[in-house]
Amino acid sequence: MLRRLFAFNGGVKPPTHKSSSTRAAIATLPLPPELVIPLHQSIGGTPRPLVRAGQHVLKGQLIGAADGNISAAIHASTSGRVVAVEARVMAHASGLSTLCVVIAPDGEDAWVECRPVPWRSLPGDQVRDLLRDAGIVGLGGAVFPSHLKLKPGPGSRGSSKGGLRHLVINGAECEPFITCDDMQMREQANAILAGATIMGELLGAEEILVGIEDNKPEAVAAMQAASGRLGERGGRIQIVAVPTRYPAGGAKQLIRVLTGIEVPHGERSTDYGVQCFNTGTVFAIHEALEKGRPLLSRIVTVAGNVERPGNYEVLFGTPMDYVVARAGPKPDTDRFIMGGPMMGYAMPSRQVPVVKATNCILVGSPALFPPPAPEMPCIRCGECAKACPADLQPFEMYWHSRAKSFGKAQEYHLFDCIECGCCTYVCPSHIPLVDYFRFAKSEIWAREREKDSADAARDRYEFRQHREEREKEERAARLAAKAAATKARIGIDPSAGGADTDDQALIAAAIRRTQSATTDLPPAGESGT
Amino acid sequence: MNNSPFVLQPASVRSVMVRVLAALLPGVAAYVHFFGASILIQLGLASATALGTEALVLFLRRKPVWLFVSDGSALVTAWLIALTFPPIGPWWLIVVGTAFAIVIVKHLYGGLGQNPFNPAMAAFCLMIVAYPLLMSQWPAGAADFATQMRLIFGNRELDGLTMATPLDALRTALHGNARTTVEAVTGSGPVFGYLGGKGWEWIALGYLAGGLWLLQQRLITWHLPTAFLAGLGLCAGLAHLANPGLYASPLFHLFSGGTLLGAFFIVTDPVSGATTPRGKLIFGAAIGLLTWVIRTFGAYPDGIAFAVMLMNIGVPLIDMYTQPPVFGHKIRNKGKGGHP
Repeated sequence: MLRRLFAFNGGVKPPTHKSSSTRAAIATLPLPPELVIPLHQSIGGTPRPLVRAGQHVLKGQLIGAADGNISAAIHASTSGRVVAVEARVMAHASGLSTLCVVIAPDGEDAWVECRPVPWRSLPGDQVRDLLRDAGIVGLGGAVFPSHLKLKPGPGSRGSSKGGLRHLVINGAECEPFITCDDMQMREQANAILAGATIMGELLGAEEILVGIEDNKPEAVAAMQAASGRLGERGGRIQIVAVPTRYPAGGAKQLIRVLTGIEVPHGERSTDYGVQCFNTGTVFAIHEALEKGRPLLSRIVTVAGNVERPGNYEVLFGTPMDYVVARAGPKPDTDRFIMGGPMMGYAMPSRQVPVVKATNCILVGSPALFPPPAPEMPCIRCGECAKACPADLQPFEMYWHSRAKSFGKAQEYHLFDCIECGCCTYVCPSHIPLVDYFRFAKSEIWAREREKDSADAARDRYEFRQHREEREKEERAARLAAKAAATKARIGIDPSAGGADTDDQALIAAAIRRTQSATTDLPPAGESGT
Repeated sequence: MNNSPFVLQPASVRSVMVRVLAALLPGVAAYVHFFGASILIQLGLASATALGTEALVLFLRRKPVWLFVSDGSALVTAWLIALTFPPIGPWWLIVVGTAFAIVIVKHLYGGLGQNPFNPAMAAFCLMIVAYPLLMSQWPAGAADFATQMRLIFGNRELDGLTMATPLDALRTALHGNARTTVEAVTGSGPVFGYLGGKGWEWIALGYLAGGLWLLQQRLITWHLPTAFLAGLGLCAGLAHLANPGLYASPLFHLFSGGTLLGAFFIVTDPVSGATTPRGKLIFGAAIGLLTWVIRTFGAYPDGIAFAVMLMNIGVPLIDMYTQPPVFGHKIRNKGKGGHP
């Protein structure tokens, strides 16, 4: 079963710090006094709230309906009373607020009725809708709605069956400190592989490749054992240990390592005959289809500056400090980071809730993550280019981003940057390169939005001009008709000689009047449409 | 730090520069062995001038003086100048050259990381154009230290103490006499050794050792030294094959003058050089070609400095046209969807 693996360029090998949080089994937490469940927890539209303050909800009850197809539903993580539906600070570096459903648990943890989904007998679209309404999103951190990725896709070129060649299950977990996928694979290998088998059938995949970094031998062994137990049905599944090198767990990098296929930025991987899901997502899909349970919790690693690093199954909406308290934060803790040290975000507050994207709460301290040395000028040493897994030239992008010549930055493929942080990690001048790229991207997006709104404003303005012109003409015609009628009433025979010219003069005068009247009007606001 | 990554590799500009300086030490040791301690005086003069002028300009530019003076980049420039200038030149020759490199070539263009030209090579070009005679007087073996000090700081009575470099001697002999051959010249003169010039070949081997260590440390990539040495060696080899009497062998070129210092320490300057893998190959090979042309047909004792300066001009163009393909945009991926 030796499989030829492919390498991606670049990458780095930061200290992994994984062993300390894998000593104990995944623990469950007692119910917190309050759950703050943000309605917007995935890529795409913000779900509409379906509950009001004062209402009682059951565990698993839908509280936010998916807004359109690019969205995923939100459910009550436990039973209790809705205290409020209001804006709270969200788990995002910006510190902005978002609409949340606040639930006071009643301690019963009473479920709504859950029925397994007969997915095999249902049409694909219906299964995908069910997954959307079960709130399934990518749990590797990107929280992209999973149902959108479960379409076999028209372009499975190179495939004999019109399905997918490779279904890649991502258990690489390359970020330092994070071990939630590792622990879940050790403890739930059967369910993960059962889920993978279901997805393989939904997608018509020829083979299922589970990629796990080789620094997780226990997870590899557990998954291989589970694959063996599947017997005949596990024939399409291969558990592959991949070399440990950050960011091997990036979807594109893992696809490259396992299949040799490079999916370009902005293109669908199904067009290349491959699709990739995180192990946690696969487990969630299994729960949703085989047990009918929506996504209510996830495994969260608590690591870093704590006495007892470990993994916890955490209900969405649980405040982070409630989770961290179990692990014993050390006194010099200065921040919570959501995610790992390479790509995580420092949280604006310690009370922000755990959401679907929270794979890890990394507890920081000045000693653990010291401030970097002062930024020096770029010496073009090219270390960043050597480390870049997207084969970019970060120092060139930095140069142009810094100069705010965003067009040039885009020519150097700014948007192919996956913000993995390798360039910043290796830079001898301590330049926060990724920050410059995030800045440049957000500036470009802001400008595009500005241009879009300017275009819309111009369209509105032009339409108003057009409408006013039309109304002017209509009014003039109306007045002229009225004048003609008046003339007829006072006895001028329209057929008599000279009447035509009189008539025309009257009409012309009426048009002049209306025109001067409209031009004297004060300019109307843009809300005229 | 508010944004990821929150961990950084322990690397710094200073550690890069210090390792480059350390890699020069074997060459310096051989230099002292064959030509006496005067090179240490020149290294000291250049270092002091570089650090002094760097601090002064940083102060005038209201930049953090200690942060940049301690980064080691000025010292690298200073050492390269000292190792390319004649070791018995008058003290002011190296002081003016170094000050020019730091103040004009480095800081007037914006300081560390901003200079389009290699500062050490620009200094060499300036001084050889301004003082061709002084820049061509090289020691004839290791004179005693007192004599060397006299040459640097006082009375410059040169009788019998200096001679041209092997490259210079060969070129002058060939230019002056149509009937003589390379073999006749290199076989007879006191400056010629086994591979290149007497003593110089050992210094060159010292640089080679340091350069290989830089490669092992992954501070430089193989592209630039290989392309440069191949470009120079190929030109020299073809010419030598065509007419061995008129053109020196590639081995002589590789072990003479600043070839190996240039290959590992000068051509590899990241700030003023090409940065893409293919660009490095073009940049290095072109410098090798130009070096051979200038050495063979030019009027100066070595051609590396001019070749480097000429190619520095072309760097933006080379980099622009040699951008490596981005992930997913490689040609082998096109139209092959689903197949690796």
